[in-house]
Amino acid sequence: MSPVLEVSNLRVRFGQTAAVRGVSLRIQRGESHCLVGESGCGKSVTALAVMGLLARGAERQADVLRFHDHDLSQLNERGMSRLRGDKLAMIFQEPMTSLNPAYTIGSQMTEVLARHRRIDRRAARERAAELLGRVGITAPGLRLGQYPHQLSGGLRQRVMIATALLCDPELLIADEPTTALDVTVQAQILRLLQRLQRELGLALLLITHDLGIVARMAQRVSVMYAGQVVESAPVKALFAAPTHPYTRGLLECIPVPGTSRRDLPLGSIPGTVPRIAPGFVGCGFRDRCAQAAEVCAGTVPTQRMADDHAYLCRLAPGWSAAA
Amino acid sequence: MTAAIALHDVRRSFISRGGMFAPDRVVRAVDGVSASLDPGGVLGIVGESGCGKSTLARIILGLLPASAGEVLVEGRPLDALDRRKRARLIQPVFQDPFSSLNPRQRVRDIVALPLAAQGGVPAEERGRRVAAMLERVGLSAAMAERLPAELSGGQRQRVAIARALVLRPRIVVCDEPTSALDVSVQAQILNLLAELRRDLGLTLVFISHNLAVVEHIATEVAVMYLGRFVEQAPVEALFRDPRHPYTRALLASVLTPEPGKGIPEVGLGESYPDPANIPAGCRFHPRCPVAEGRCAEMAPVGVTQAGRMVECVLEG
Repeated sequence: MSPVLEVSNLRVRFGQTAAVRGVSLRIQRGESHCLVGESGCGKSVTALAVMGLLARGAERQADVLRFHDHDLSQLNERGMSRLRGDKLAMIFQEPMTSLNPAYTIGSQMTEVLARHRRIDRRAARERAAELLGRVGITAPGLRLGQYPHQLSGGLRQRVMIATALLCDPELLIADEPTTALDVTVQAQILRLLQRLQRELGLALLLITHDLGIVARMAQRVSVMYAGQVVESAPVKALFAAPTHPYTRGLLECIPVPGTSRRDLPLGSIPGTVPRIAPGFVGCGFRDRCAQAAEVCAGTVPTQRMADDHAYLCRLAPGWSAAA
Repeated sequence: MTAAIALHDVRRSFISRGGMFAPDRVVRAVDGVSASLDPGGVLGIVGESGCGKSTLARIILGLLPASAGEVLVEGRPLDALDRRKRARLIQPVFQDPFSSLNPRQRVRDIVALPLAAQGGVPAEERGRRVAAMLERVGLSAAMAERLPAELSGGQRQRVAIARALVLRPRIVVCDEPTSALDVSVQAQILNLLAELRRDLGLTLVFISHNLAVVEHIATEVAVMYLGRFVEQAPVEALFRDPRHPYTRALLASVLTPEPGKGIPEVGLGESYPDPANIPAGCRFHPRCPVAEGRCAEMAPVGVTQAGRMVECVLEG
């Protein structure tokens, strides 16, 4: 089956910063793929590069950048804007800044339909109300007439999701969709995304820094660090046998309720995410890595734990069991 | 033993102006909070945004007067202390190290400011103490000459901690100190705070929306909902046996990294708490998964038993 999204060797540069350095992803219909990593590792830039929404001055290159039958690397801005909000939709972290405060929910939602579908105003409004109901908003008629500031953060994010779904997208990219929300609301929004994905057969690319979300939402996971995917595996394999030292370090940093050893310090990774200049060679994690050796300054091999579990490191599969 | 911090029925309300035609609204941000914290303890306060936890932090810091009630610090009323004395006793660490540090001052001057404001410390001595404190929080001497913009988020939070500790206060109030940081850096800062607390005998008030973080660092936990502590207990007891339905819902919504477990149904419904419109009866009843008819009518009274407090109509 051909994937909904196929990205191969994607590179993005902003002047003297190499933000994305050879990212490859494949997402099938109905699959949920999580892109996880800390801020500055290139997750959002990867998503924006797929959407064609990079800031001016960014340079994007890729061997393959394909959404269904569309070669995105060949599509001009006009072609991209026909896809965006239609078959290719995205929601962002901050539902307050991604909604226009000066327009009602109804006018912002129907604008999407007016743009992508030949549909009269009344039918557009009905469709908008239908979607609001679908994302669990009661009294959709009332909400359509309201302004963003009249809604809570959780409701605003539901409106964003409903808007993204108006034209039956095949791929939904969600960039930290629950980071600005309370934990209780986060659980509701994630359940909603999961339900919609099942019902609509959506492919979901979920960007997050939270490994708890990854564990419960993803089928497949790509761990990003310094612009590269350093480990990629099915979710169960990744958590059962995390192999890249960065993945392992990240897992040790998370305090887990009920398992906390208060007498011991939490695991942590020394230092911070580096900025990588174009032409950088070697492993981007080596300055923070306890396993670093001289060879890490050279070309790093891609190795495999299994056919579908790859990682980018000098260490042989199974090193962590011996360590 | 005199409590490091004692709160007696502390309240704070704000008037929210309604605009040209709408009536003004009274927001009861902190609505009767009582607590007591022993010296050397860590009180973790958890709750959703808008529950009043930051308002409470500002009251404990003396940055905002309470509308009613009393705050005692080491047995003395907080409002009886002048600003300088207060600053020697209690210091804050805020969430956002990007906005809590003056962007035009060098790290050295930011950390020295509390000493300069107190007066009476010669410049040479100030320099020594600043250098010692920077080293203590894990910043190299070269960092002293930098501007905040030249530092990472974790380094900035270390500067904020150094500034808070340079007067050797006894109490530090941390309001979401790691929420703006990446997880690997969050762990560094949590470990640093735990270590400083142990070595310097600090008392901490630690405010967070992240229960897992609170479990790691607190000795006592208070769960706050619409301006009140609805449950308060030693940390092990609270996590082993949460009593209040809201505490249980909060715990259930933590997503632990366990694949295949799915997203929990927390059972809190769709309504959202509004501190300008606190429900009658139990303030949590519209969202409570186990509410009964009487919960809408009678306000619960806190029941204290074996060192823990629960404020629920259904309790006992």
